[in-house]
Amino acid sequence: MQEAKIKADFRVNERLVLQKTNTILRKVVVYAFLAVMAIVVLIPFYWMLNVSLQSHNEVFNSLSVSFFPKEFSPENYVKVFFYESRSQGSIAFPRYLLNTGIVAFFSTIFGTMFSILVAFALSRLNFKGREAIFTLLLATMMIPGEMMVISNYITVSRLGWVNQANYGSYLAMIVPFMVSIFHIYLLRQNFKQIPNELYYAAKVDGCRDWKYLWRVMVPMAKSSIITITILKLMGSWNAFVWPDIVAHEKYKLVTSWLRSSFTDAEAGIQRVLINYQMAATVIVTVPLLILFILFRKYIMSGVSRSGVKG
Amino acid sequence: MLENKKDYKAWLYIAIPLILLSVFTFYPLIKTILISFFSQYNSITDSFGNFFDLEAYKTIFRDKYFIKSLTNTLIIVFVSVPVSTVLALLIAVGLNSIKPLQKIFQTIFFIPYVTNTLAIGMVFGVMFSHPIIPGIAPEGLINTLFSTAIDWVGPTAVAKHWMLVVLIYSIWNGLPFKILVFIGGLQNISKQYYDAAKIDSATPKRVLTKITIPLLSPMISYILITSFIGAFKSYEAVLSVAGGTGRELHRDRWTAVAYVYDKIGIAGMDSNMVSYYSRGAAAAVVLFIIIMIFTAINLYASKKRVHY
Repeated sequence: MQEAKIKADFRVNERLVLQKTNTILRKVVVYAFLAVMAIVVLIPFYWMLNVSLQSHNEVFNSLSVSFFPKEFSPENYVKVFFYESRSQGSIAFPRYLLNTGIVAFFSTIFGTMFSILVAFALSRLNFKGREAIFTLLLATMMIPGEMMVISNYITVSRLGWVNQANYGSYLAMIVPFMVSIFHIYLLRQNFKQIPNELYYAAKVDGCRDWKYLWRVMVPMAKSSIITITILKLMGSWNAFVWPDIVAHEKYKLVTSWLRSSFTDAEAGIQRVLINYQMAATVIVTVPLLILFILFRKYIMSGVSRSGVKG
Repeated sequence: MLENKKDYKAWLYIAIPLILLSVFTFYPLIKTILISFFSQYNSITDSFGNFFDLEAYKTIFRDKYFIKSLTNTLIIVFVSVPVSTVLALLIAVGLNSIKPLQKIFQTIFFIPYVTNTLAIGMVFGVMFSHPIIPGIAPEGLINTLFSTAIDWVGPTAVAKHWMLVVLIYSIWNGLPFKILVFIGGLQNISKQYYDAAKIDSATPKRVLTKITIPLLSPMISYILITSFIGAFKSYEAVLSVAGGTGRELHRDRWTAVAYVYDKIGIAGMDSNMVSYYSRGAAAAVVLFIIIMIFTAINLYASKKRVHY
């Protein structure tokens, strides 16, 4: 009797001891692995902040790299904010921000609006050719945008928008990407889930389609609409190659500013001021992080369904 | 009568978006294919010219920079996608098995997704920096940590070095989305499978290969398809890590997409009387065909292997 009791005690029973240590060991391994990966994920963010807060002296003249800013220089942020480069159209960050704001505003407003209208027509209204249009949209959703870029460039340049020092630059950046098939698709799936009975009930009450869309469907699909609005906003903020190709130098977006050369004009050699450059990356990254914190739920639900950035 | 009236109203809803899509999506798609075959396409007058042939395709396959850009793209695709998928799977399984700190870890792993590809790519460039002229600036983080003096991403960097950094960055960048999808999938797997495995005292490795991965296979196939497509289109990652300022990227470091973008805006023809636009269009079509073939293979394989 006494023997059995002792055996049941895990400190004595070898099998139990082994099992226990195994579980603990496994936990340690899992936590260690996750911790290492988390550090790998976070290092670039730390490095970005670290370099952005270093002084010119530290970035250039010291022989060893600083793992934390020794000459703490937050004024980099102010300087880079008003940094103008003659090779890049002599405009500073506020102007880039304004350009991005204008492009983001119009692409988001019109993009979301058009997505709602098309998704509504495709999910609720009956008309000839509806299935054909939907199939066509689905088929083109698979095709990479690079297929259209060349022809679109010819189209916008023939319209006279390319490199135009006027609102044409904005049009070239906004119009070709206004309608997103993916967003239409996403919203249509959501509209489809709203029961038909609601529609018929509204019809009986004499509610017109237009009113029904804005009074019933849009509020019910609110979370999807917020998701596509945020995806559109993030897309405009992150867009680089196309805007950089078509826009006039005074009409470029924040991403072009990010890629501009922050050079050391006073020194004889053209050296890139990496502390300014990193301050710029922080300025571009922070709004995205704020958006993420505020709309985490919506971004994550959109992301898990899209797979494609922006 | 009533039906017809409704038809016309429905078209009012979709008219403007449909016109925009026709002009900027459907029409350019066909036009790009046509330009790739009309090898003397003139971009200024927008006339196709008289030659309908395969010259543009022959030219790009003789162009060593196109072959180079295709090779670079394939390396990125076949290294970064498998590695980041396996890593993401391990992280997701790990995350799913712990209780304390789970939320914090999950948030950390998702942060890279909502950042700007260019911005963090430039940070990687700085971390791997190396002064071209000694003494002008200190070595970057990586060279300091490993006390090396390798030019990883600078102008004198050799292919294996800059490619390694690009791969690390692509993997880093691809992780969050995959982890998110895998965690969603893991949380949908019923607990009873794991309870049954526990009763049979199956080893964790066996649980992973016999339960978790088969039940996660729809997510894995979805991830593989979307990441393959994404990796085939990679350009900004290379540009930001191993490029100069603006869109300046050395020709040896081009990806297929970089090759296409490079041809935009160059009017006229090369020495073989093939217009640059036709070459760009042909490259775009080749990329498109490769992506389609891979997607088809993926779909076919997933039909055979995926367990729903």
